[in-house]
Amino acid sequence: MINSNEIIDDIANKEYEFGFTTDIEMDIAPPGLNEDIIRFISAKKNEPEWLLEWRLKGFAAFKKMQFPSWQHFKMPELDLQALSYYAAPKKKVQLNSLDEVDPELLATFEKLGIPLNEQKALAGVAVDAVFDSVSVATTFKGKLKEMGVIFCSFGEAVQEYPDLVKKYLGTVVPHSDNIFAALNSAVFSDGSFTYIPKGVRCPMELSTYFRINAQNTGQFERTLIIADEGSYVSYLEGCTAPMRDENQLHAAVVELVALDHAEIKYSTVQNWYPGDKDGKGGIYNFVTKRGICKGNASKISWTQVETGSAITWKYPSVILQGDYSEGEFYSVAVVRNKQIADTGTKIHHIGKGTKSRIISKGISAGRGDNSYRGLVAVGPRADNARNFTQCDSLLIGNECGSHTFPYIESRNKTAMIEHEATTSKIGEDQIFYLNARGIDTEKAVALIVNGYVKEVLNQLPMEFAVEAQKLLSITLEGSVG
Amino acid sequence: MLTIKNLHAEVEGKQILKGINLEIGKGETHAIMGPNGSGKSSLASVLAGRENYTVTEGEVWFNGKNLLDLSPEDRAREGVFLAFQYPVEIPGVSNLNFLKTALNEIRTYKGLPAIEGRDFLKLTKEKQQLVDFNANLMNRSLNEGFSGGEKKRNEIFQLAMLDPQLAILDETDSGLDIDALRIVSNGVNKLRDAEKSFVVITHYQRLLEYIVPDFVHVLYNGRIIKTGTKELALELEERGYDWLKEELHLKESV
Repeated sequence: MINSNEIIDDIANKEYEFGFTTDIEMDIAPPGLNEDIIRFISAKKNEPEWLLEWRLKGFAAFKKMQFPSWQHFKMPELDLQALSYYAAPKKKVQLNSLDEVDPELLATFEKLGIPLNEQKALAGVAVDAVFDSVSVATTFKGKLKEMGVIFCSFGEAVQEYPDLVKKYLGTVVPHSDNIFAALNSAVFSDGSFTYIPKGVRCPMELSTYFRINAQNTGQFERTLIIADEGSYVSYLEGCTAPMRDENQLHAAVVELVALDHAEIKYSTVQNWYPGDKDGKGGIYNFVTKRGICKGNASKISWTQVETGSAITWKYPSVILQGDYSEGEFYSVAVVRNKQIADTGTKIHHIGKGTKSRIISKGISAGRGDNSYRGLVAVGPRADNARNFTQCDSLLIGNECGSHTFPYIESRNKTAMIEHEATTSKIGEDQIFYLNARGIDTEKAVALIVNGYVKEVLNQLPMEFAVEAQKLLSITLEGSVG
Repeated sequence: MLTIKNLHAEVEGKQILKGINLEIGKGETHAIMGPNGSGKSSLASVLAGRENYTVTEGEVWFNGKNLLDLSPEDRAREGVFLAFQYPVEIPGVSNLNFLKTALNEIRTYKGLPAIEGRDFLKLTKEKQQLVDFNANLMNRSLNEGFSGGEKKRNEIFQLAMLDPQLAILDETDSGLDIDALRIVSNGVNKLRDAEKSFVVITHYQRLLEYIVPDFVHVLYNGRIIKTGTKELALELEERGYDWLKEELHLKESV
């Protein structure tokens, strides 16, 4: 019979699997946030004038803003002047040929389980790999291009498809949306760009893999996905970072645009370095993600599995502008040790007959603190809008926290909004029942947790659902109620 | 198969078992009866290894192994099965997935390979029919939303699937109507054989009309105060427990 405290210590000391660093020559800009560095980044990337202007507008907005104070955690001290805003592997990256990519980088991604060699890659998944500030490789580009699908790094899109970028950049998350989005607008380095043409069902999963490696840098990437009329795309992002004692900031922006009858499925498996058991180090994951269902009967679905980061702070949202459009949010957020998560979603029902569904599953262990914060807003035009929200919390141990902050604003009498919430603890009774059938405590917890999150994991593409399930088992190894 | 010697146990500092002695042979069925609070369910919990019970004295041997040294999961893997009085619900975990996990844990312990999917389904079907368990319940979440009777029948289905050497049925009859009682008892009777032993804990003689025991023990105040055959159960049904208590007090005062 195992003592619960021992087991809780055990998970606390569990090593982070992806904590290695890559030793590679880097181009790193000197620390400091100012107009010069913004001009430097823009010049380095050979950007057109309009984009530099847009960055500077973002910076101007940023300077007028304060850090928020409504969040359910103490805002950490961030010295944005001490960060370097540009870090890239020195070797010139040839985006058209994988042979030109530094073998050290290929080895890094291979070690992370993301082979960039197309022969070795997961069948049916195209990957854009982002290492610190730049995209190092994008697989299956040629094959996708045959169908008119554009999938490339953001920097490349600015050069090759400036009209598309200009038309949509900042239309979902404006440069002045919030302080971190404004910062991102000013200094974003790279990211992914995707365009699915009219009527095309993207034949493979698209995915971006983000890796922070350099020290004292932040990662500020932007992702823009446009699904033209009647198209479909499923997109997945994964992230890891080395173990370092100091905190690192990740302030990304993701914008999704779905036109008439288009559908975008966006999945995240976030496993940034969470810091050690005393809360030292780890990534601050302060991300703005928003999609707009611009067209009628369009659909955007967010699925997130958040297991990493010292602080996860994000609300992937959907603006349901088109009539009969649909938004979904499926989330599993796990905190342990001293991790913090303040996450949820915002759904704005604007068009008539719009529908939304929110399923949030929080798991708190150790001394972790988990908050669900969500807004469902129904506008006056949104006749017969419907929302269903289910918000569950699972507690493991006696030192963790779990909070729910649901906001509902309805300005239409025909709207139907449902909210269900539960809080449960993995009971000793449940564990003992499984023990008495020959299942040890570790496996029993994994079984119960996987049962609890099944509804969300079912939304992930098959291979990733299996990965996420493993990740959860590792993350929660040894926890008992 | 099972030898209990002078077993004392307490829960939260309160002495519950005060010197139990019991010998259960291969293929035997023993009934344990007794008034409320006599320690019947505590005995079941101690044998299965529930954490909040502390054994303060005594020994329990199962097939030559010291049962009290084993973790609850190892006891199960060695072949001890407890059919719970109040089976818990585990949302999201399918009955079948749970059973497959349990079966494979037991097989791994015995050095056997994991069961093939097809063989598992075959076994499932066979056992489900044997104990007359509703096939629709197999794919549902473990006990979630099951009626009291369905939960008890699920315990017997699990018993059939895991095929232990010793099954302890903890008040399996409580909360069952007469039809469910008959189905559950039929299931148990079909599982009885020369290799398997049963400990049937019950409050009422009614269950023993269906599952006929070889021995009947009366537990009172943490001790076995009388042992007999099935006729003892009938006598208890007729006369209640008070005459036994009086007999005991007389003995003790001598």
